[in-house]
Amino acid sequence: MKSLSRIFAILVKEVRQLRRDRLTFGMVVGLPVMQMLLFGYAINTDVRNLKTAIADQADTHLSRQFVTELAQTQVVNLVGSVDTPQQLEELLRDGSISIGVHIPHDFDRRVVDRTRAASHLLVDGSDPTILGVANQLRAMPFGFDAGSAGTAAPQLIEVRPYYNPERRTPVNIVPGLMGVILTMTMILFTAVAIVRERERGNLELLINTPVSSAELMIGKVVPYILIGMLQLALILAVGRLLFDVPVRGSILDLYLAAFAFIAANLALGLFISTAARTQFQAMQMTVFILLPSILLSGFMFPFEGMPLVAQWLGEALPNTHFIRLTRGIMLREASIGELYRDVGYLLGFALVAMTGAALRFTKRLD
Amino acid sequence: MSPEFAIQARGLTKRFGDLIAVSQLDLDVPRGEIYGFLGPNGSGKSTTIRMLCGLLMPSDGNAFVLDTEVPGDARLLKPRIGYMTQKFSLFGDMTVYENLQFIAEIYSYPRRDRSTRIEELLERYNLGDQRKQLAGTLSGGQKQRLALACAVLHRPELLLLDEPTSAVDPQSRRDFWAALFRLAEAGTTILVSTHYMDEAERCHRLAILDRGVKVADGTPTELQENTGMHVVEVTAANPYHAQVVIATIPDVASVTQLGVRLRVLIPGAHDDPTGIVDAALRSAGLDARATLSSATLEDVFVAVTLKPRRQAA
Repeated sequence: MKSLSRIFAILVKEVRQLRRDRLTFGMVVGLPVMQMLLFGYAINTDVRNLKTAIADQADTHLSRQFVTELAQTQVVNLVGSVDTPQQLEELLRDGSISIGVHIPHDFDRRVVDRTRAASHLLVDGSDPTILGVANQLRAMPFGFDAGSAGTAAPQLIEVRPYYNPERRTPVNIVPGLMGVILTMTMILFTAVAIVRERERGNLELLINTPVSSAELMIGKVVPYILIGMLQLALILAVGRLLFDVPVRGSILDLYLAAFAFIAANLALGLFISTAARTQFQAMQMTVFILLPSILLSGFMFPFEGMPLVAQWLGEALPNTHFIRLTRGIMLREASIGELYRDVGYLLGFALVAMTGAALRFTKRLD
Repeated sequence: MSPEFAIQARGLTKRFGDLIAVSQLDLDVPRGEIYGFLGPNGSGKSTTIRMLCGLLMPSDGNAFVLDTEVPGDARLLKPRIGYMTQKFSLFGDMTVYENLQFIAEIYSYPRRDRSTRIEELLERYNLGDQRKQLAGTLSGGQKQRLALACAVLHRPELLLLDEPTSAVDPQSRRDFWAALFRLAEAGTTILVSTHYMDEAERCHRLAILDRGVKVADGTPTELQENTGMHVVEVTAANPYHAQVVIATIPDVASVTQLGVRLRVLIPGAHDDPTGIVDAALRSAGLDARATLSSATLEDVFVAVTLKPRRQAA
């Protein structure tokens, strides 16, 4: 009973302080919205309208048809026509185009002759995304690149709808982004929680009261669980309204998964807070967790493609498991029961980190 | 362990690496008294107080606080002691009232009496008008009163105050001490550290600490009567020159200037303390007069903190 009263005292104090801390309060709402907009609009792997010039030296019916097909993919935006490949190179060099298409005068023959590339794509390789797109263009039914002989059948008319206008990045990104946003804000909130008290001198007062380590930890975590849930609702709303991201599975399952994930991150933050001496150190440590949570969690790069050691590291991160949960629940309509392993890991992680934090936090100054 | 002492410590020692912050401290603080720790910065006052409330682990020795061994079961002790930190440690981004409320909750003060108790404290410590003000925006004196109100809210038997008046003006200090006397009269034992002589003089009993060592303790009167030093007061037209001259006398332990007067300490074994000072002043041709005086607490402080320095040199 007394214990509950003390937890409640810490909880109320946290809420009061948070309410007066405009910057942090702004972070609760502002950070998720800002990140959603940034990632949703700016990170777009469907590259379209690359500036392209054509040097059509064949100028046959077939070559003109090819150019038309190319334009219809919307990947390229034909901005000009020149006579020679050298002119294409000049345009590439001065940056006025990203892709140059050289169609040799024997284009018609090359298309039939499978041993030689029918046309050449001159690509600005300084941007890896553009290079990637150009490589994907090779999948068009022409043997384009000079290097490899065309392997595709000479289907001139039919262009595969590789860049389907319906293929939208946000649908893939938002479920993972939820994890990244929550990782960033949740860890940061609690990472500074104890250190801040230490820096402001409040800790000496707190540890002289009858409040126990565990009560202090719980009182500090509970308000942020609610804030995490609020952020989740916000992210889902923005995802829905602006990017039309669906939640195909159960929304209750999604919240249960988020609860486990938020608890894990808050506990990790508290653990950081007991290790850091200053708020700045706490933030540095947060970045230390955040970066792998973005890069190794499967959010940016496919998990299966990573080296084994990176996969092990990734498996340890809460975000990896949460992203599996959100992608499963939101996109594949999986239920939380089917994904019990990931939920279990998150809950276990939260318990271990919380216990670790409570044990590490001694009510002494030395 | 005697019930008449709120604090008893034997051989209490704290080392931070090579530094000995507190060395072999014996302490007996009678219940219901105001006990002072007098000493300069770095003399081990804060470290001792922190060991007594269980914030620091003693390197050696033991201490009983309210019959409880520290740092044994500090949890049982916490509700019975109040602690006021040297640096303001309440929440600057919460109001005066919210801070008091928080303390009441964290000490599980009976719910139905909470608001009565808070009102009582606001009234007694003259914070009624500031109840809705953020604690961080209070003046030094107000912060100090709030800190005291929070330290005594749960009616502790023992109050530990770490340099409570170091950041406030003289009027606030006077008011603060009036409040302390009131608490002591109501039966609270108070341990207060200070580096002000006038505050030390108000304590029932005090210990003088110097570089981690207790160099003297007793009531202020006892200390003044047992300095083991003669105090010679010199009134001089040119006190600075007189000081230089007196400092060269081999028997003089110390000379301190107070305005136009000089306080000269000469070991008690000496037969004619005024004589040697007068002789030295005359032979230097200075217009000055030496008279025997009784020791003030400041003289005591100078006398007891002097000895180890001499030995060291």
